[in-house]
Amino acid sequence: MGTYVLRRLLQMIPVFFGATFLIFYLVLGMPGDPLAVMCGERGCDPSTANALRAQFHIGEPLYVQYFEYMKGILTLDFGETFSRRPVLDVMGDAFPITIRLATLAFIIEIFIGVPLGLVAGLRRGKFFDSSILLGTLLIISIPIFVIGFLMQYFLGLKLGWFRPTVSGEAPWNELLLPAIVLGTVSLAYIMRLTRTSVVENIHADYVRTAVAKGLPHRRVVTVHLLRNSLIPVVTYLGADIGALMGGAIVTERIFNIKGVGGTLYQAINRGEAPTIVSIVVILVIVYLVFNLLVDLLYAVLDPRIRYA
Amino acid sequence: MSQDTINTTADNRPHDGDPNAPVLEVENLHVEFRTRDGVAKAVTGVTFDLLPGETLAILGESGSGKSVTAQAIMGILDTPPGFVTQGSVRFRGVDIQALPEKERRRYRGEKIAMIFQDALSSLNPVYSVGYQIGEMFRVHRGASRADAKTKAIELMDRVHIPAARQRVNDYPHQFSGGMRQRIMIAIALSLDPDIIIADEPTTALDVTVQAQVMQLLADLQAESKMGLILITHDLGVVADVADKISVMYAGRLIEQARSLDLYSNPAHPYTERLLAAIPRVDMKGQELYTIKGIPPNLTDIPAGCAFHPRCPYAQSICSEKTPPLEVVPGDRRSACHFWKEVLDGSLQIR
Ligand SMILES: Nc1ncnc2c1ncn2[C@@H]1O[C@H](COP(=O)(O)OP(=O)(O)OP(=O)(O)O)[C@@H](O)[C@H]1O
Ligand code: SF4
Ligand SMILES: [Mg+2]
Repeated sequence: MGTYVLRRLLQMIPVFFGATFLIFYLVLGMPGDPLAVMCGERGCDPSTANALRAQFHIGEPLYVQYFEYMKGILTLDFGETFSRRPVLDVMGDAFPITIRLATLAFIIEIFIGVPLGLVAGLRRGKFFDSSILLGTLLIISIPIFVIGFLMQYFLGLKLGWFRPTVSGEAPWNELLLPAIVLGTVSLAYIMRLTRTSVVENIHADYVRTAVAKGLPHRRVVTVHLLRNSLIPVVTYLGADIGALMGGAIVTERIFNIKGVGGTLYQAINRGEAPTIVSIVVILVIVYLVFNLLVDLLYAVLDPRIRYA
Repeated sequence: MSQDTINTTADNRPHDGDPNAPVLEVENLHVEFRTRDGVAKAVTGVTFDLLPGETLAILGESGSGKSVTAQAIMGILDTPPGFVTQGSVRFRGVDIQALPEKERRRYRGEKIAMIFQDALSSLNPVYSVGYQIGEMFRVHRGASRADAKTKAIELMDRVHIPAARQRVNDYPHQFSGGMRQRIMIAIALSLDPDIIIADEPTTALDVTVQAQVMQLLADLQAESKMGLILITHDLGVVADVADKISVMYAGRLIEQARSLDLYSNPAHPYTERLLAAIPRVDMKGQELYTIKGIPPNLTDIPAGCAFHPRCPYAQSICSEKTPPLEVVPGDRRSACHFWKEVLDGSLQIR
């Protein structure tokens, strides 16, 4: 197990550099002159322009820029925004908000998705099951921003149950509605995944054995059936964390949340390479780490999987 | 909660006292599966009893309703599509089919335990074998984790799993087929049930391992005086261990006799054909007899004697009238219009 983790960590290194270089390449290849954005309408005087060029390595070959940037990252120097704010500070503002949002969405997915999927699977073909299947299909087929605007309008404005937009601090309670919106699509997938997995396992021989052992129904379902059925769900959940963190752009826009998505969106509009690349680098790391965690959790959930 | 006494309703009085009363009486059991393709009559009017310490073998081709009978006795039928439509299952006089599920549950494992054919799929892949054995003590006896584990090790020793103490935390896939079946046996044995139903416990195993597992079952039974119902489609397997044999065909019991009687002189043409199909040492080199034709479709069982399309002695009455399970001299039964003639060998093959 230890060697497996070590090997996986080592494997992350080339993936990390590959992914970041690709992002770097794409971002710097974006049209537009960064100097024009930085200096605004009136333009900079030549000495300032030169200083900026030197600082941001503008005009130098890509690999030099990449190398300089990576060197900075090792000392937690993520560079500066065009308005001369350290990118680290910008991320320090944005990430906690998005982490709160993603955590809420994640909790909603698990605690609503898994139980409903389980009940649907146990009642296969009954009214409840059909409703879940139809409902989740609807959710999956409606674009997220439509769901977002509808919920904002009805639950936020009409009924007044939630604040329709989120204040700058983005406290937990205000993030609830956005988290529901952010989580809906994954929630629908998790319900379906759990349901399918339960339906597949319900006639398994070991479930029959559990019944024949005289175990109470509740124990048969939770200890034996659900535990096995959750294996594919956990895989999905792991991949979903990365998606929740990076994929909140639409939701954050709708609810005016100053999180990672919103910040990234603005940075892309401005062509602010250091910010874009830094955020993406962090997201890549988050994604890789959770992938590893899921793989390890997988072995815990299913002892037949052995890492050699 | 007292686990030893089980409440019974007034009309469900257990027989007390008589140590020779049957532990299990199955009477006129009917099971059908209602599926899209029609109603499959998987079990039709099965009746038998089991005495304490007795071994009953239930024999029959694939699809004859052996497993369904066992599942109905255990109360673990897939419902829907499976339904018990008639009949009773009495454990020491108590009709356990009439009990509410909550009470019924306490008979499983505690009074009647079951061993399945495929131990690999019948054990939960994600729990250690120790956990799965110990679960019996934790759930039924309220034992602590530590006590349950100790009990699990004891049981693994009892079914001769080597290095039980070291292997108790291993998972099912880490054991060989024979060892896995021993673990299933350990689970079944754990609460000292009065009856163990073994549904083809050795079919999935190598021949040598088969013999070892059968021997283990026989030894354990001799130690503990429990009743054993051994389901198999292999007459050879049960030859030495069974006290009596019930033969099933298309969901019905068609012959029942003490093992020796059945082997030496069957009272039903189907049993006769089954015996002729066993490879025998003294017939080496000769061509093996197989029963011609295929077992009937259970949604459309032939009228009269279900065996008549395949029976070499069939007469016109056979396709018109269903032969009842008649009492035959020598404490045996046969469901053939011509059992007398079968017994004395005076029937001519058409
Ligand atoms: N879950 C089910 N759904 C529908 N029909 C079933 C089901 N289980 C059993 N049956 C029906 O009952 C019949 C008898 O099945 P059973 O499993 O008792 O046969 P068996 O005698 O145990 O055969 P085998 O030697 O193959 O185990 C089957 O042929 C099938 O038609
Ligand atoms: S009743 Fe007729 S068909 Fe059936 S077994 Fe006897 S002889 Fe054969
Ligand atoms: Mg069977």
